[in-house]
Amino acid sequence: MNADNINSGRVQKAPENFLTQTGIKEVFAEGKKGRRDFIRNAFAAAAAGAAAPMAMAQGNPVPVEGGDPNILNLPEHAVGLGQGVAVEGYGKPSKFEANLQRRQSPGLTQTTQASVSFAPLQSLFGIVTPSGLHFERHHQGWWDIDPSKHRFMINGMVKKNMVFTMDEIMRLPSVSRFHFIECGANTAVDWGNVAVPTVQYTHGMLSCSEFTGVPLITLLELAGADLKNGKFVLAEGGDGSSMTRTIPMSLITSGEVIVAYGQNGEMLRPENGYPLRLVVPGVQGVSWVKYLRRVEVGDKPYAAKDEAIHYIDLQPGGLHRQYTNLQEVKSVVTTPSGGQVLLDKGFYNITGLAWSGKGKIKRVDVSTDGGRNWRQARLETPVLSKALTRFNLDWVWDGKPAIIQSRAQDETGHVQPTYQQLRGVRGTRSIYHNNAIQSWLVQENGEVKNVQVS
Amino acid sequence: MSRFRNAVLTVALLATACLAVAQSSQYPGVGRAATPKEVAKWDIDVRPDFKGLPAGSGSVAKGQDVWEGKCAHCHGVFGESGEVFSPLIGGTTAEDIKTGRVANLNRSDYPGRTTIMKVATVSTLWDYINRAMPWTSPKTLTTEEVYSVTAFLLNLANIVPDNYVLSDKNIAEVQARMPNRNGMTTAHAMWPGKEFGGTTKPDTANKVCMKDCTTEPKVASFLPDFARNAHGNLQEQNRIVGPQRGADTTKPEPKAGMPMAAAAPVAAAKPENNEAKAAIALLNKHSCTACHGVDKKIVGPGFNEVAKKQSGKVDYLVGKIKSGGSGVYGAIPMPPQSLPDADAKQIAEWISKGASK
Repeated sequence: MNADNINSGRVQKAPENFLTQTGIKEVFAEGKKGRRDFIRNAFAAAAAGAAAPMAMAQGNPVPVEGGDPNILNLPEHAVGLGQGVAVEGYGKPSKFEANLQRRQSPGLTQTTQASVSFAPLQSLFGIVTPSGLHFERHHQGWWDIDPSKHRFMINGMVKKNMVFTMDEIMRLPSVSRFHFIECGANTAVDWGNVAVPTVQYTHGMLSCSEFTGVPLITLLELAGADLKNGKFVLAEGGDGSSMTRTIPMSLITSGEVIVAYGQNGEMLRPENGYPLRLVVPGVQGVSWVKYLRRVEVGDKPYAAKDEAIHYIDLQPGGLHRQYTNLQEVKSVVTTPSGGQVLLDKGFYNITGLAWSGKGKIKRVDVSTDGGRNWRQARLETPVLSKALTRFNLDWVWDGKPAIIQSRAQDETGHVQPTYQQLRGVRGTRSIYHNNAIQSWLVQENGEVKNVQVS
Repeated sequence: MSRFRNAVLTVALLATACLAVAQSSQYPGVGRAATPKEVAKWDIDVRPDFKGLPAGSGSVAKGQDVWEGKCAHCHGVFGESGEVFSPLIGGTTAEDIKTGRVANLNRSDYPGRTTIMKVATVSTLWDYINRAMPWTSPKTLTTEEVYSVTAFLLNLANIVPDNYVLSDKNIAEVQARMPNRNGMTTAHAMWPGKEFGGTTKPDTANKVCMKDCTTEPKVASFLPDFARNAHGNLQEQNRIVGPQRGADTTKPEPKAGMPMAAAAPVAAAKPENNEAKAAIALLNKHSCTACHGVDKKIVGPGFNEVAKKQSGKVDYLVGKIKSGGSGVYGAIPMPPQSLPDADAKQIAEWISKGASK
């Protein structure tokens, strides 16, 4: 492999006189609709320096030799013998995918053990997050725990305090469900103003997996839990932080809360709580306690550190909202998104993710003019409750500045708010639960920037 | 013979009894009763009404000793340090203790929010110190030490006097003096249930508007040019094929014209450095990285900084690791570390050769 090989998939810039008739028609059609007239005004300064719109360029032009060398010269893999089975006992992504990494946001935390890494949403497809790219949030470092020694305990307002081995939990009837997990502090850095460049850092504390495990209600019933007076359940981790969070009993009796060991067909990854974690659909990630060792049934909430000092939402007037667990309706365009460069004018598929902690996504609308006019996006299947939903929209970029936004609505009718609406109620110092509409500015030079509009 | 028959009979009876118990469950054979000893070991949570708080006490004076030995190197002598974690103490007043509302939380110009400004419940402090502190060796404090450290923090915030002895008997009185005890509300729609009353009406009511929804939007906030490369080269953070590439943020933004994006190179794989890998694994194992970054200062100096200063001095470094030190890189002392000699030597050798990654 040499550099030429890596770069050969790159779109070559076409000579300026290379035109296609359909391309020209599309540009003119878009221009006639006048939908972008206002942008020319909004970004007058930028537009002033721009030449007249260039003709559509062909993304894959025919070289002067009369054919693409990648077609004409058969590559090594077409004329040789490939590798055998099981060279990798556990397969890895292609070496060409090495740019997809979960990453720390520089300067966000002082240690790596009480920190976060963000999933590369800009390069993912569909709704499932590859387990190795799942975002991480650790409070006191992560561990790889021997499952044969892990125990799960139930106590408190139960007829019988009980302990279970992993063997026993895995013997029980299991369910497998797709759910998103989002940190309550996702998009926190942009509460006040734009602070980070890409969707990885604005929205990357978000992942979605198929989780397999036992509904917590099954285990509570085994222990004879008082489901009437036991309104709150404390979940506790088995690691150094022994993370604790209060879980509403109503969510548990609905059958939604799962004591999970499986993730995307395999066991949980150590960074995600191997061998056992709580799955609390629709609720912020901190409640999905990892290395789950115990639940306690009680009649009062627990005011644990991460629901009494952190993960509380400061409101205008100086009060904090406590026990703010729900992740409300939200969406983001993942491509084109901040830090990317569109290689040329022409057709693009605007794609993104939508989700709601209150159920299914009902619709997503996309604007390319900063929220003035909207078009309804296609929701791709599956559309599942409290899971990520993928949306797509056809778009022809005419080379002019454009501000791309997405706006989701969930099945309860709740529509994702604008920054103005959200700040109008919650101010700018909340840190948590920023579900405002995201804006990406596509500039004439093709670079996409994270912006906020007024 | 008859003894044998009795034994068989007993076994049979027991088996019947077990079956009876098992049949009462839908899932016979799954799970067993937890012993009181097991529950006592794990059930350590303390609720705001002090359910779960063990009997005991601890003084401010004892708390100061524990603090200086086990806490100050991360949190600062007065709980004020923000170098590793958010500051714990500061920002509260005598008036706040009276009202139960921290006035500074209402000031947008006040720099930062300390733990004591936010926390409404003293149980939270006790519970968290007990379960998760010290950070690198959680659950190692005695009950008296937890009471003492809690008392010391409360004293730093002027909630209790210098001669105070905090105990399970008087902790409710302390609760009545917590500066932000009236600073929480559950009147919101963000709890997924009715347990707190709350409301089901969301804060915002945006509409599905499709045409001419806003006035002309203006860009109000964006990243300044100097931050262009602050998150690393974005070109190397995007796939090398597809409709777009990552922007090469090592170069200034192209001013005009159509994009000339080069393909994003895949970051070159670094050659494996097994010695460094092994040493860094040891650093993690012994929690050295809680205070030292490989190439950056945290509480103590980065290993690269130590390497620069102590090149080749393996024995000196082993000595420093084992017995601790202070004053070479700053005022914060490093406590003596207990780790096997062989591990200390391996780490020291790696540092002495330059602390490479």
